[in-house]
Amino acid sequence: MSILSLAGVSKSYGSLKVTDDVTFDLPEGQALGIIGPNGAGKSTLFNLITGNVLPDAGRIAFDGRDVTRTPPMRRCLAGIGRSFQIPQPFDRLTVFENLLVAATHGRGQGEAAVVRDCADILERCELSARANDPAGGLSLLGRKRLELARAMATRPRLLLLDEIAGGLTEGECTALIRTIRDVHAQGVTIIWIEHVLHALNSVVERLLVLDFGRVIGIGEPGEIMASQEVREIYLGIEI
Amino acid sequence: MIWIDTLVQGVLLGGLYALFAVGLSIVFGIMRLVNLAHGDLIVVAAYLILVLVSLTGLSPFVAALLAAPAMAGAGWLLQRHVLNRTLGTDILPPLLVTFGLSIALQNALLEGFSADSQRLPAGPLATASLDLGAVTVGVLPLLTFASAIAVILALNWLFYRTELGRAFRATSDDAVTASLMGIRPATIFATATAIAMLVVTVAALYLGMRSNFDPNIGPARLIYAFEAVIIGGLGSLWGTLAGGIIIGVAQTVGAAINPEWQILAGHVAFLVVLLFRPRGLFPRAVD
Repeated sequence: MSILSLAGVSKSYGSLKVTDDVTFDLPEGQALGIIGPNGAGKSTLFNLITGNVLPDAGRIAFDGRDVTRTPPMRRCLAGIGRSFQIPQPFDRLTVFENLLVAATHGRGQGEAAVVRDCADILERCELSARANDPAGGLSLLGRKRLELARAMATRPRLLLLDEIAGGLTEGECTALIRTIRDVHAQGVTIIWIEHVLHALNSVVERLLVLDFGRVIGIGEPGEIMASQEVREIYLGIEI
Repeated sequence: MIWIDTLVQGVLLGGLYALFAVGLSIVFGIMRLVNLAHGDLIVVAAYLILVLVSLTGLSPFVAALLAAPAMAGAGWLLQRHVLNRTLGTDILPPLLVTFGLSIALQNALLEGFSADSQRLPAGPLATASLDLGAVTVGVLPLLTFASAIAVILALNWLFYRTELGRAFRATSDDAVTASLMGIRPATIFATATAIAMLVVTVAALYLGMRSNFDPNIGPARLIYAFEAVIIGGLGSLWGTLAGGIIIGVAQTVGAAINPEWQILAGHVAFLVVLLFRPRGLFPRAVD
């Protein structure tokens, strides 16, 4: 049973096709990596899935239901969670409050029902020590972790990670991968856009390559990375 | 001795200005909407209380209790169906729409109630006073000040201790991200305006009992409210109270020197604060 399926999804800004006839199915529980050069339309693809951008053509189905025109808030309640490439925590709320807000509204439950779970998520994302600090004061790793934690707090069935490993040191990256593997191990389906390929390949089971808005390859990571076309696109980027 | 008295009267007057300003501050803080009709909405609430009092003979306090939910409901509808549509990257539409609303409200009130000035009957409360030794203070000004503090305490509790408050703050921080967390900004904004209208009703109650009002006094109340908010620093309700007090004290001191200087002294105090602290006395860390 696929949790997410896109069929012929296209989006243009003027004459620029940022998403061009994208079609793929994602089985529940799988981790899918998305790679592609800058401007390939990776973040737009996420915006289409979360509903922040509406497609010009094509259909998007989540959990068997058509969500092509469903507003972002409803998709969040249905179970699509997202972390941003540039972390966007609520700076003036504490770290814990960031999770509380996401959990209560993302699940439609009262605060009392989610407090426990939020504390667990903070613990798993190694943020417990900073729980009562304003989110605006976190380091980059802290902000990335908070992005992940906040997305987790909405209890997503599908988690979208947008370049969450970018800009981290080697050690920080390893710590973050550990957390992501942990989340994935609990059965959360993941789509992860990432330029840090070794981080990506240590988690995902399938890799999708985008270029100029088109899907130019999808399959098992080793296979994809070995293909000539992908190597050409990624020429100059360390694999 | 007269100076202590002037000072105390000024501080208490500041409570009234803080009540004018808090509603404006909530709406601006949460949705970056400058409501130019805020002063007129206070006047509308005062007339609503007046109508209830004259129809039923109730005390203004009870009438305000009845008027509050009506004002809140009207605020909710106004925000949900009119003002939300004006919000966006362009700052001009909300200014134009609320300015238009201000004029429409003033003229509707003129049509309905004429330009005669009115007053809410405060009964014996209007002249009651407390002798505190050094100074004698009116019970009504004291009650106004206490209400301002109670309103601010309640709002701070709401904003920092409740689920709704966290949703307010999250939406204020970043409405787009908040909507991804399952928050509906349109509903949050409407709720915020409804709460602001509750405060507006409290402000109207004291405005109407303490001074005469007519359909045209709204814009001047808006100016006092603006000055209090800006002196305090955007986003801090205690700052808004401090701003109200500064204007109140400046006005009573100005009036003590020369009665013609009352209004001017308040505006001068505002300019002086802006000169030295352009972001107000208690600005939020980032904005």
